[in-house]
Amino acid sequence: MNDKSSQSVTNRMTYREACKQAIREALIADPRTFLMGEDVGLYGGCYAVSKGLLEEFGPKRIRDTPLAEAAFVGAGIGAAMGGLRPIVEIMTCNFSLLALDQIMNNAATIPHMSGGQFAVPLVIRMATGGGRQLAAQHSHSLEGWFAHIPGLKVLAPGTIEDARYMLKPALADPNPVLIFEHIVLYNAEGELDPDVTGVDIAKAKIRRFGRDVSILTYGNSLQKSIAAAAALAPAGIEAEVVDLRVLRPLDTATIFDSVARTRRCIIVDEGWKSGSISAEIAARLSEDLFFELDAPIRRICSREVPIPYAAHMEEAALPRTAEIVEDARNLVKPR
Amino acid sequence: MTDFLMPSLGADMESGKLVQWLVKPGSAVKKGDVIAVVETHKGAFEIDIFEDGVVSELCASEGDELPVGAVLAYLANPGEEAKPLAKATEVLPAPGAAPREAAAGMPKETICPEKKVADTAGLAPAARLSVTVPAPRAKVSPAARRRARALGIDPDTLQGTGIEGSVTLADVELAAAKGIRAKAPFPTEPAVRRRGFDPTEMRQAIAAAMSKSKREIPHFYMSSTIDMSRPLAWLEAFNERTPEERLLPAVLLLKATALALREHPRFNGFWKDGRFQPADDIHVGWAIALRGGGLIAPAIHEVDKLSLQHLMAALRDLVARARGGGIRGSEMMDPTCTVTSLGDRGAQSVLGVIYPPQVAILGFGRVLTRPWVTGGNVVARALITASLAADHRASDGHAGGLFLAAIDRILQEPETL
Amino acid sequence: MSDKPHLGREHGQHLYREMLRIRRFEAKCAELYQAQKIRGFLHLYDGEEAVAVGTMQALEGRDAVVATYRDHGQALARGLPMGALMAEMFGKVEGCSRGRGGSMHFFDRARRFFGGNAIVGGGLPLAIGVAMADKQLRPGAVTACFFGEGAVGEGAFHESMNLAELWDLPVLFVCENNLYAMGVPLEIAEAETDIFRKAAAYRTPAEKVDGMNPIAVEAAARKAVESIRAGNGPYFLECRTYRYRAHSMFDPQLYRTRKEIELWKERDPIPRMQKWLVENHMVSADELHKIDAAVETEIARAVAFAEEGGWEAVEALECFVLMDEVPE
Repeated sequence: MNDKSSQSVTNRMTYREACKQAIREALIADPRTFLMGEDVGLYGGCYAVSKGLLEEFGPKRIRDTPLAEAAFVGAGIGAAMGGLRPIVEIMTCNFSLLALDQIMNNAATIPHMSGGQFAVPLVIRMATGGGRQLAAQHSHSLEGWFAHIPGLKVLAPGTIEDARYMLKPALADPNPVLIFEHIVLYNAEGELDPDVTGVDIAKAKIRRFGRDVSILTYGNSLQKSIAAAAALAPAGIEAEVVDLRVLRPLDTATIFDSVARTRRCIIVDEGWKSGSISAEIAARLSEDLFFELDAPIRRICSREVPIPYAAHMEEAALPRTAEIVEDARNLVKPR
Repeated sequence: MTDFLMPSLGADMESGKLVQWLVKPGSAVKKGDVIAVVETHKGAFEIDIFEDGVVSELCASEGDELPVGAVLAYLANPGEEAKPLAKATEVLPAPGAAPREAAAGMPKETICPEKKVADTAGLAPAARLSVTVPAPRAKVSPAARRRARALGIDPDTLQGTGIEGSVTLADVELAAAKGIRAKAPFPTEPAVRRRGFDPTEMRQAIAAAMSKSKREIPHFYMSSTIDMSRPLAWLEAFNERTPEERLLPAVLLLKATALALREHPRFNGFWKDGRFQPADDIHVGWAIALRGGGLIAPAIHEVDKLSLQHLMAALRDLVARARGGGIRGSEMMDPTCTVTSLGDRGAQSVLGVIYPPQVAILGFGRVLTRPWVTGGNVVARALITASLAADHRASDGHAGGLFLAAIDRILQEPETL
Repeated sequence: MSDKPHLGREHGQHLYREMLRIRRFEAKCAELYQAQKIRGFLHLYDGEEAVAVGTMQALEGRDAVVATYRDHGQALARGLPMGALMAEMFGKVEGCSRGRGGSMHFFDRARRFFGGNAIVGGGLPLAIGVAMADKQLRPGAVTACFFGEGAVGEGAFHESMNLAELWDLPVLFVCENNLYAMGVPLEIAEAETDIFRKAAAYRTPAEKVDGMNPIAVEAAARKAVESIRAGNGPYFLECRTYRYRAHSMFDPQLYRTRKEIELWKERDPIPRMQKWLVENHMVSADELHKIDAAVETEIARAVAFAEEGGWEAVEALECFVLMDEVPE
């Protein structure tokens, strides 16, 4: 029962397996690529994404690091400047704060600050989000923070397909690309379309077409939004679900196009509302699309608390499908 | 500064007559606003503008017949000073503006409203306090307010059905359909005078376009008979379920064609500059026979993305406007492929002539109950003949066959449309 | 066994000239700062010249340098053209970072100069990565990483020291210990004030060096680089030195006495080197005069180059925020 034999028979796989296959493909394709991070080797990855890769590629390509985020993220930056194509895994985005200086002050600034002499072709993967009762210090959604920073690209794969195919273009990109993998999605399972062999990491993707309201979302909230759209359909409300998937630079063309058609918009974002990526999108819509709007912009975000441990409180703190359904009903067919 | 030109609304349009201006020098315009009515041999078109700005000068007068490309007006882009006019324009005093300007020592010429607002910062506190707070106004969505302005409707008088009782776009459009117009103080534009289509000119236009097509486009034709039993049965059930959202068979044909175009993009686009240029979106031109003769084929936009109900609404709207003369210029330019359907009064099949620079036209004949062999038995079935006329420079017969087969396949799964 | 390299006439004069270039260049910088030609922060290296000049003698073109925000000396000693540095401080497009970096952020890809880094300790992890890349792509290349003793307080220092030894990387750590982290004296910042002893915790060979003596620094650097190139992993040098000027231009120096500065000035490497060369008949009065004149000419040309330089088009403001390709 090994993974390789089963994957040749079927395209059905988990998000976790999709991430692993992407890494494996990258390691085979380019000898300059290696994976580095805490517990990526012997342990097989905190979320088992890299399980088995150490055996296949050896300790130089699958490099376990000490618990030293600043140093190994900074080393990834230096290695990228020196000609390698590293994939750095930060176990969860909660720990990325220990490397924030390196990401923000080095990776994001050096290409510009050096007048274009140095590029930082680096990929940093990290797990993000809540929903597994891990309490406040392991449930942050920080992708919106990083999306604030010029010089970075920020991706949030919300589907198996994106988990499988985003890494390749991210590694080919001359810029530092941060990939936020949602912890709840790792177990999600789905069929990969055999005709799809890549994804465009510059574009958002409309996952469901509809005429009445645009739900703009990403990551784990995508599944909630799709469920909400399905629940709205019998009531005659056709919700369009836009998977942002690129949080920086935002694909405003796709966003604006959708909202200009539906004229109503709900943004679902697992980050906190204040100063979030949802705030940014809402601001841009009001700046550039004001006269197309037929209703106020709505936002469904995490409640402004450190995400709590107890299941019922955690559930109440995170965006919920029912909230999306209710908001859409109010927007489209008010009482 | 941008030139606003006499547009080319079709391959066969060489000139147009400016019938009416809907803006004046000094009017602020937004991309998409209708600013003029132009009469062509195909009828009157509302002409929309593609940029934001302020109209600085009108160069053409109502009644002028001008070639395509002639400058009709100059537009100052945002941030630009409006072009000074030969005739001095009136300074429009804002309420309470005169003493304010005096206090701030501003020259009289500044008419930019933004500047006026900014000037309040330099006022003495007393003067600032005297600025009146506007009375609370009705909740009107931004989209509804803009549409109301275009239609000459005062949205504040409408009953809103949107969130928090707000007036929505749909409310405005409903009011427009009922013929409600604005009251006096609202700056209305006079109703657009639309002439009927001139049958002689219409004939000439069709003659020019079709001759060009037959002269330049090497057509090839294919046809295929499609069993419509399943789609029509589905449609009947749907219409029984929701009689208020009744769909016509044409909608199924349109949507199926659009979805098939997605799979076969070589039929969706233009032959320009000696090569095929695929279109990004699928805007299907729908041939509409006009009362009194002639026809036009304006676009329904992004048909592949519209639900059937939405498509039905778009189709009704388009036909009504085509016959009423309210087609926008851009709608004539946009089709990426055309569909002609004869409905239930036409012939059994139709082989179309491509409208250049498009590369294909689909024809659907009348649905007829005819013999059909299935499972070795001859049975009576509702059949339709679908035909394709395509530009051989852009595609070949093999692709055409697959395209028609795709339409058939999609029509057999009406619940997925 | 002597650590001292054979010091010929030419090399002796070279060390002297290199230090003089830095000292005079920075005097000019201070002048131009006050004339408002140079703005932002300006951190001068006066007194520490022997460290950069001595270390660079041991490096080759294939080696890499990661510098600090006090990077003028490191850049000049590494061979970055003086005109490009001055233009950078003027904010001109001809600057070595196209006017986007200023005094603290000199970069030069061709000379493998990976930038002055203005986050204390921020360059250390970067140097680890450059060394990782070199180990795979350019075997034998060494990454020299400069940092002050203030950086030793940062976690990034310890994390990087650990990784360098753990992964056996070709890094030369050069600690410029000038005794003050801005205004914080070493004694009140570190429990262990002999910085080089910290390297022992990471099993990295380390040495304390007289940072006021270019010959001593060069000797130590050569020995260290030789060990690194031989595949023995990283090496650590603590260069004891002193900066004569304030931390930056706007610093009243409340934290140290004038007397202390005067004591260190007695050990100023430039007059001492000159005296030593003269006493050992390795330089003539005429040669000294010529060196002096050449340095003055080079500075005058650098200033003229900067003055004549152009401004980056504001339309290009966002260039290089995202790169279109990786420069080769």
